[in-house]
Amino acid sequence: MTGLPLATSFLQSASFIYVLYIIAFSLFIQGLRGLAGPTTAVRGNRTAAVGMAIAVIATLLYPSEGNWGLIVLGVALGTAVGVPAARNVKMTAMPQMVALFNGVGGGAVALISWVEFRHYGSTYGSHTVRVYGFLGSVLVHVGGVATYIAIFSVFAAIIGSVSFWGSGVAFGKLQEILPGRPITLGSAQQAVNGVLLVLAIAAGVDLVAGAHSELLFIGMLVIAGLLGLEIVLPIGGADMPVVISMLNAFTGLSAAATGIALNNPAMIVAGMLVGASGSILTNLMAVAMNRSIPAIMAGGFGGGGAVEGASGAGEHAGTVRSTTAADAAIQLAYANRVVIVPGYGMAVAQAQHAVRELTKELEKRGVEVSYAIHPVAGRMPGHMNVLLAEADVPYDQLKEMDDANPEFQRTDVSLVIGANDVTNPAAKNTPSSPIYGMPILEVDKSRSVIVIKRSMNPGFAGIENELYYEPETEMLFGDAKSAVSDITAELANI
Amino acid sequence: MIVASTLTTNLAILVLAGFVGFVVISKVPNTLHTPLMSGTNAIHGIVVLGGLLLLGLPLLDGLSKALLVIAVTFGTINVVGGFLVTDRMLEMFKTKPKPKADDDAGGEDGGEGR
Repeated sequence: MTGLPLATSFLQSASFIYVLYIIAFSLFIQGLRGLAGPTTAVRGNRTAAVGMAIAVIATLLYPSEGNWGLIVLGVALGTAVGVPAARNVKMTAMPQMVALFNGVGGGAVALISWVEFRHYGSTYGSHTVRVYGFLGSVLVHVGGVATYIAIFSVFAAIIGSVSFWGSGVAFGKLQEILPGRPITLGSAQQAVNGVLLVLAIAAGVDLVAGAHSELLFIGMLVIAGLLGLEIVLPIGGADMPVVISMLNAFTGLSAAATGIALNNPAMIVAGMLVGASGSILTNLMAVAMNRSIPAIMAGGFGGGGAVEGASGAGEHAGTVRSTTAADAAIQLAYANRVVIVPGYGMAVAQAQHAVRELTKELEKRGVEVSYAIHPVAGRMPGHMNVLLAEADVPYDQLKEMDDANPEFQRTDVSLVIGANDVTNPAAKNTPSSPIYGMPILEVDKSRSVIVIKRSMNPGFAGIENELYYEPETEMLFGDAKSAVSDITAELANI
Repeated sequence: MIVASTLTTNLAILVLAGFVGFVVISKVPNTLHTPLMSGTNAIHGIVVLGGLLLLGLPLLDGLSKALLVIAVTFGTINVVGGFLVTDRMLEMFKTKPKPKADDDAGGEDGGEGR
């Protein structure tokens, strides 16, 4: 009967666990590679999920593992919340769901760091993985080791807390529990954010230097939380894709830092992969909006006051022409080429299926229809593509901005559905505009434009859209879904 | 003999993983930005490991246990919810049996000459 204990000790050996971690993070990398291509993405995601399962199993093999009841409790609670949420969420609500999942990840990091701090000095099991603490006396024995662990722990705690509270605000704004408009402290915003950051770092340095106060640690978490609130509150809905992506990268980095503090290779690799890829994605988003990441973090779209000044000065002498669903239907039916430009309004009205019906109807009449997707349309990168894919719009009808723009000159009708700032010619023509320089979809180049919009209210950026005053533009006021359905119905009468 | 410390080894892993992350994601079509973000979002749910590891610590008091249960709950929501939601999103991209993409593109270009 010596076989079983031997097998157990092999399964629980540090080397075996480490090998499992290596397999796990290889699967993460492979999965991430898959996620970068449309045909391999489903498999990529599942590959990464398998990697995660292996990493969890490896962790449970630690000989020191205990408190099984509590582990089961935590996993059961998490599954009971996470599975129904993921199953039932509407595709239009995806941005806030991602924000929520991201936030709880950041929260977990902050809590883990807190417990690490509470248990400074205790050793972890009998093998290589040990949790050192922040205590000075431990430093004497292990040289610089404990200092770096304290540094990474504190870093993880601060970033994790920023991510948790920041994501919470982002969720609130997207779910419309909080107003979507920027909530700023005006000109004091940058100073306040700066002071909060300095305070959080100061508390962290004090803790690393050996301060024994748990109150100080909690204070640091609270200050970091306030910083998270103050970073996201001033950000308008239009900047949300950038913010969610940034918070995602933050949580990744904090996970990597926790991994170093706990000497866990799977956490280091997974966290850093997310940190790096999230940073790239954030940068892509920021470039697409012609905004620098520091400018976004410094607060508000154009800093609130400046925006109002600009829109006030931009009072238009031109008139707005409105049209009816019947007229729009005639215009579309006799066009050769129609480009649909969807925006957040389509998502809010859940009009993607109605849009698909309209497209089918137009195609029956020999009209060539494609979709022009701005990289930051909606509230999350790729938001529109997800919605249109849900409505079974063929992949090859979706054109990215660089491919779509040269085509507008040959387009008879551009149908703008709930998109605003991403079509505003002011980004090209008006240097005083806050969005000047942002790449836009050049809808104004097409022969005529129909804009479906609920009212003349400016978009989230709070900027007047010059497009609506162009002579070739007609407005069809109404909810995106019913307006599109009306056009489809009118088409049948032609 | 010079032996690399745990810190330097881990820092090496950290830096290499960072480069891998950059390289793997450098070219992603806009279409996949949401699923990619959602997928990476699920991967950072790896933090659940931290909660599981610390629950094995000896001498945890009540508060620490409570904090860790919350951490494990949060981490599990992040992992399970993240992967499921990404899968749902990607399924919609997949189920499109359609003719070859290059045929369509060619047809469109020809049609625009009118």
